[in-house]
Amino acid sequence: MAEMTYRQALHDTLREEMVRDESVILLGEEIGVFEGSYKITAGLLAEFGPTRVRDTPICEEGFVGAAIGAAMLGMRPVVEIMTINFSLLAIDQIVNHAAKMHAMFGGQVSVPMVIRTPGGGGQQLAATHSQNLEVWYAHVPGLKVVAPATPADARGLLTAAIRDDDPVLVLENLALYNTRGEVPDTEQVGQIGRAAVVKPGRDLTVVSYSRSTVIALDVARQLESDGVSVEVVDLRSLRPLDRETVCASVRRTSRAVVLEDDWLTYGIGAEIAASIQEGAFDYLDAPVRRVAAAEIPLPYAKPLELAALPDATNLAKVIGEVLDATRFTR
Amino acid sequence: MAATAKQADRAAPARNRRTSGSSRSRKSASSPETAASPDAPLPPPDGETLVGYYRQMLLIRRFEERAARAYTEAKIGGYCHLNLGEEATVVGLMAALEARDYLFTTYREHGYALARGLEPGPVMAELFGKTTGVSGGRGGSMHLFDARRRLLGGYGIVGGQIPPATGAALALTYRGEPGPDAEAVMCLLGDGTTNIGAFHESLNLAALWRLPIVYVIVNNGLGMGTPVEQAAAEPDLYKRGCSYRIPGERVDGDDVLAVRQAARAALTRARVDRQPGLLEAVSHRLRGHSVVDPAKYRSKEETDRLRELDPVPAFRSRLLAAGVLDEDAARRIDERAEEQVDAAVAFAEDSPDPQPGQLFAHAYATPVPNSPHQLPGEPVLPARQEGAF
Repeated sequence: MAEMTYRQALHDTLREEMVRDESVILLGEEIGVFEGSYKITAGLLAEFGPTRVRDTPICEEGFVGAAIGAAMLGMRPVVEIMTINFSLLAIDQIVNHAAKMHAMFGGQVSVPMVIRTPGGGGQQLAATHSQNLEVWYAHVPGLKVVAPATPADARGLLTAAIRDDDPVLVLENLALYNTRGEVPDTEQVGQIGRAAVVKPGRDLTVVSYSRSTVIALDVARQLESDGVSVEVVDLRSLRPLDRETVCASVRRTSRAVVLEDDWLTYGIGAEIAASIQEGAFDYLDAPVRRVAAAEIPLPYAKPLELAALPDATNLAKVIGEVLDATRFTR
Repeated sequence: MAATAKQADRAAPARNRRTSGSSRSRKSASSPETAASPDAPLPPPDGETLVGYYRQMLLIRRFEERAARAYTEAKIGGYCHLNLGEEATVVGLMAALEARDYLFTTYREHGYALARGLEPGPVMAELFGKTTGVSGGRGGSMHLFDARRRLLGGYGIVGGQIPPATGAALALTYRGEPGPDAEAVMCLLGDGTTNIGAFHESLNLAALWRLPIVYVIVNNGLGMGTPVEQAAAEPDLYKRGCSYRIPGERVDGDDVLAVRQAARAALTRARVDRQPGLLEAVSHRLRGHSVVDPAKYRSKEETDRLRELDPVPAFRSRLLAAGVLDEDAARRIDERAEEQVDAAVAFAEDSPDPQPGQLFAHAYATPVPNSPHQLPGEPVLPARQEGAF
């Protein structure tokens, strides 16, 4: 085991997979000479050279599509899209091509491509640089979408994504890159399609992913000392979605709150809530609540940005409301 | 008579119209002892080869006519875009492509599939949506695919094929060295497609990264109902590679040998020098954009003129005049093409439909837990035991 940052876990995974398999190549803007806009790929150009670590021009549709074509011929490209906001430039290639080729062509080809991209706001980057669009991709059959919350999961899920023969979007988060955690030394191949109970509890389930899981764990630990036992389910995989783990948790606790960074309406939480009410209806003592971002293009000014984004206080308040509504006694 | 001066200009393309390619000044990657330059004329094909081209053109012609009929009989659904009138372009391009090369096409691809060597039966079966179709009935007319023959689709999104084709060429640079035996990629696109962003981003990447790819613009004068000049600020489409220093050439798409020559030269530059190329083949679409398009945007004069330019009877006449074919041989070829198409339709009709139980057969290449396989109306979770409270 070693303690390291989320950034370091990603970096080490990329490096190890590139050593292990020469068909793994990296493409993206500023990943080489600049060492990555968030320094995930620092040092990799020096170690592997410019054909395996390719700086691209600013042309997301072009280089994501090129990664798809290379993958069709058996390479394993790992594309960095600087932030998920810019994935919109490539959305046709991702949704109409990468996601569909295996099925549309009768299983004759697969697209073993990984797209790594951070979402999230909170750094005053304003509306077009602060979004959480992962639900759009989680909606699309043919894609896989994973969202590691910890350095250990970053390593495990990125490894699994690279070795998977389908197109996998690995959702990172700007606020997570500097977080620290224990990572096992041995090879870690995470499980795409499975959620995890990252903190067991009896009284209420919080369902979350990525940055929201970190917040949920903080809130859950604080509430323990108040006599409330919160179970935190970290989705880890948005597509496929592990409904069974979520519903099994709610069957134990009878109360559910979703914490998510995306906008409320039609967000990830909408699916979680629908799945819980269908899969665990008889166990619920209260409606499923969702704590999500305010529905306005995220403003630059700090007080407005803080107000718009969901945080620990919002979550604790809603947990309190659900407990009160169900006459919970500590 | 052409409606506009520009149409007349496009209608009679000058031979050997080329941009000054960067290849002229760029140091060649090939050895000095390499044989004839890419532009040296190929030896004239022998009679058997020419007859083979005619056979292919006629097979495409009859296949497409039959597909149109099958569509009106509701045996083909969705969209159906035909290569009628483009047979010389199709056969010329496929004659230049090697078996080891990769091909990406548009949705107007049946002829290319046939000329690439896909059997007519499975192609028709794909149009009919049967399990024996080249894409298992999963793709239809616009999404033909054959891994072995290196036809990598078949794309319904205009321009969608161009970045993946570029990426396939990128992969080739990892596989082997440039040279006369190297693999290359041919990416087909239409005239309308030269206006979409993916075209420009891809050409830029191909030039920057020196990829072994030839982009072939099949310019039939119309993007659906829109003439080239109304969509492209630079309607001399072969010039559009200049921004990327990619040499371009315009060729008469009705001349199967000229198309073959130009494509072969471009592919040679691509595989030997890793110089990407742009080729514009000026051809004609005899009918509408698809089988449901009556092409009302065309005048009667235009439609009559197109019939006169039809490359299939023109090539037949040329071979008869040169003594390569006689009337008996030509008639036997006609009959054979009819037989092949009849057999293809029978094969397709007799093939089974895929069943709903196979709906999720190709959901993922790597199976993972919790992949949703519910049919409409099925519960999100499998039924649980009652009384588990």
